[in-house]
Amino acid sequence: MTTATERSVPKPVFTDAEAGAKEFPDSSARRFNYYVPQKRKQTHYEDVTVEVQPDPRHYLAQGWLYGFADGRGGYPLEWTALKAWGSNRPVPSRSPGSGGQGYEWPAHGWHEFRDPNEEWELSLYRYNANVVRQVNANVDAAKQAKAFEQWNPNWVRFVQQHVGAWMHVDHGLGLYLFANANRRGPTNMHNTAMAVNSMHLIRAAQDLALYQLTLDEEIEGFFGAAHLETWNSDPSWQGVREVAERLTAIDDWAEAVFAANIVFQPLVGELFRSQLVMQAAPRNGDFVTPTIVGAEEFDFSERDLRYTAAMFDLLANDREFAEHNNRILNGWLANWVGLTMPAARALQPLWSQPDSKPIRFEDALDRVKSRFAGIVEDLGLELPKELDR
Amino acid sequence: MSRQSVARAHQKIQELSWEPMYHQPVSQYGTDYTFRKAQKKDPLKQVLRSYFPMQEEKDHRVYGASDGAIRGNMFRQVQERWLEWQKLFLSIIPLPEISAARAMPLLFRNVPNPELHNGQAIQMIDEVRHSTIQQNLKRLYMNNYIDPAGFNSSLRNFQNDYCGTIGRQFAEGFITGDAITAASIYLTIVAETAFTNTLFVAMPAEAAANGDYLLPTVFHSVQSDESRHISNGYATLLMALADEGNHQLLERDLRYAWWNNHRVVDAAIGTFIEYGTKDRRKDRESYAEMWRRWIYDDYYRSYLVPLEKYGLVIPHDLIEEAWNQIWNKGYVHEVAQFFATGWLANYWRIDPMTDKDFEWFEYKYPGWYDRYGKWWENYNRLSTPNGHHPIVAEDVDYQYPHRCWTCMVPCLVREDMVMAQVDGQWRTYCHEACRWTDAEAFRPTFQGRNTPNMGQLIGAREWETLYHGWNWADVVKDMGFVRDDGRTMVAQPHLHLDDPKKMWTLDHLRRMGPLQSPNVLLNQMTDEERAAFHASYVRGGPAGRFARSE
Repeated sequence: MTTATERSVPKPVFTDAEAGAKEFPDSSARRFNYYVPQKRKQTHYEDVTVEVQPDPRHYLAQGWLYGFADGRGGYPLEWTALKAWGSNRPVPSRSPGSGGQGYEWPAHGWHEFRDPNEEWELSLYRYNANVVRQVNANVDAAKQAKAFEQWNPNWVRFVQQHVGAWMHVDHGLGLYLFANANRRGPTNMHNTAMAVNSMHLIRAAQDLALYQLTLDEEIEGFFGAAHLETWNSDPSWQGVREVAERLTAIDDWAEAVFAANIVFQPLVGELFRSQLVMQAAPRNGDFVTPTIVGAEEFDFSERDLRYTAAMFDLLANDREFAEHNNRILNGWLANWVGLTMPAARALQPLWSQPDSKPIRFEDALDRVKSRFAGIVEDLGLELPKELDR
Repeated sequence: MSRQSVARAHQKIQELSWEPMYHQPVSQYGTDYTFRKAQKKDPLKQVLRSYFPMQEEKDHRVYGASDGAIRGNMFRQVQERWLEWQKLFLSIIPLPEISAARAMPLLFRNVPNPELHNGQAIQMIDEVRHSTIQQNLKRLYMNNYIDPAGFNSSLRNFQNDYCGTIGRQFAEGFITGDAITAASIYLTIVAETAFTNTLFVAMPAEAAANGDYLLPTVFHSVQSDESRHISNGYATLLMALADEGNHQLLERDLRYAWWNNHRVVDAAIGTFIEYGTKDRRKDRESYAEMWRRWIYDDYYRSYLVPLEKYGLVIPHDLIEEAWNQIWNKGYVHEVAQFFATGWLANYWRIDPMTDKDFEWFEYKYPGWYDRYGKWWENYNRLSTPNGHHPIVAEDVDYQYPHRCWTCMVPCLVREDMVMAQVDGQWRTYCHEACRWTDAEAFRPTFQGRNTPNMGQLIGAREWETLYHGWNWADVVKDMGFVRDDGRTMVAQPHLHLDDPKKMWTLDHLRRMGPLQSPNVLLNQMTDEERAAFHASYVRGGPAGRFARSE
């Protein structure tokens, strides 16, 4: 007879360490007590986001520990020209016996920003996974229905060149503007929202690129690399490219986000996506492309613009620096509208390329200008005269 | 997607990048590294079409397990000794994670490889995932574990606690200074490739042995992303190696990053695993055994050494020294003893060690009892208030240590303490490698070479100095480590919750003498006094004992 040796494994032990098993000081204090929620009750989003990025003005008693070569550490508020109330208060200085107290939470108004989309990992993966699933399903359904056979040659050319060119805008802004900005905002709520924005754009760029790969396989004569030539040398696109590159060159993170989401996306992005591609495609036998471009449009109009508007609305109405901020925001508005409008107008030749024409370019432009005016008005800013140039 | 289509898809998305024609993207982070001869390949080949559903599926598993843990009353079987240490760990770790996300843009302009930027952007959002999924786990513990104190105040506590400050290096080191030093060498080549093994694999295994299967659920899910990040780091390292001018910087940065990670991560995780567990089976691996397997064999011998042929100068001496610290000099035990000495300045409860623990330590670390046994018996004796002070103010032959200026873990292995006057201040360092980091590596010149982009060590780096001359009760109150009755401390040197008489309060601390900053005192000494102090300090220990008279 053989005897089995007992396996060495940890033994379960009844510890009764569950909530409510005993009463003692703090036994029922089951909420994060280091921040004040935006509304009456703390949200799940706030719990997983607020205060993860520390601030030496309130709790960070020993200050930042690592600095750049110039000695600045962490997330300097001066990385944008905008200010939130309390920004001018100095970081508490520390010395022998100084203690560790900072200002009351929140030390300044930047901490009051909450992303209305309440983005954190659970929400962002659910949302984006749903989008890619839907995009894939749409493309698969179109393949099965032989939908691409209905496309006329001009439309094939339009998609390979111009829809293809847009992916570069998404990719460039996603990586070099929004992902870059996620290092520079003053709170975790700002930086997380910008990181999620970045992924929307990078995903949208890849959605378009992979769509092109499918079209390469499905449509005889489709030249999948045509977008490169268009992006590099088509005169209609050089204005957009110039502005897109200029956007990535902005040093001030808030200006970059403002210029991209308040000015460029409504005046150029929505002009191209909503007023051209999504209008023209159905008339040219294409019911697939609008669903892909439309997914990106929804990212922007329903999510990215929403957090951006909330972010700047807070600053435009700041209790200490509203005037300062409005002056700067109006300056940015005038400058970026002045740079963006010629780029939008340079796209006009695209309107005449499909066989079945979309709405007139001027009508399309009026629509986006009207929408843009609404966004600006909601923020309480001045509509710049550059809009009518 | 099939493997072939993944490759095609990845190839296609390479068409997305473009060389700027009109304006260069803003350049906000400098480096002294150059990438003139670099090969440009992205090892990741990840496209978002497959990435998002994959992560969503991983989330389903994590959150499903979370629901199951609550429904199945997991907390009836969780060891309080273990979960108390999670108050520290889970207050620290979301910041390093989110800092890793913030670190990725440091590489965009400095690593001229658009292919790699795709992988870096995915790493960025992975890290957002890790940070918030870990915050969520902490929230779940707060809601369901018997003692929410310390979880409920976690992110305030972490920011003003000296242990939190030690841990914060493992975040701030990623996001400042020379971009490659920070975001590549410190973060991906050392922290992620070497030390996430003990953080996210070894420690969760110990959690499971203590009745907590949620920590492994969350952290193994996190670790499954780390392999991609390790690939990012490896690709950047190979690019850096291609330029010979980088070799000197790589040698510097590997030495700094290795030693700092060892000092910080081994201090914390070693303590959690060895002193936070109730699993005392003789055949369960000790932290030293895990370290030998995960770090020495898997990282050092399998990952680093093969890179030597490409010109990477590997800090063999510091790797052997780290092992020497863990195995021969009791580094982890010294740290755990110090954390327990300073229990009153923390925000979690530390369970005394029992005979069963003693037996296990003696078996795994022969000679442990002679060094540490007596002190832990004293800790047990002094754990409930009975007319005496907390152990830090009682005579238990423990010399309160000086802080290491660089790694901010105190100078616990007394014989290794180094003293130097740097930037006009007398500083103490736990080891020569930490002195070198401050005095030589983090400087605008290194071995005669200009390194204008190297970062600086800044901040009020000694916690005790902030409270020099304060009464301990005021210190704890100032930090906010008090429960909702306004007097009972969050921290306790035992696990008894049901007897108010056993709970320490601010009133008990009020009777203690003032807190003294060792560094303030050191700088008040004459040169002769300081030399005598140093000579005595390095003769002290082990276990913090005062030097015996000659």
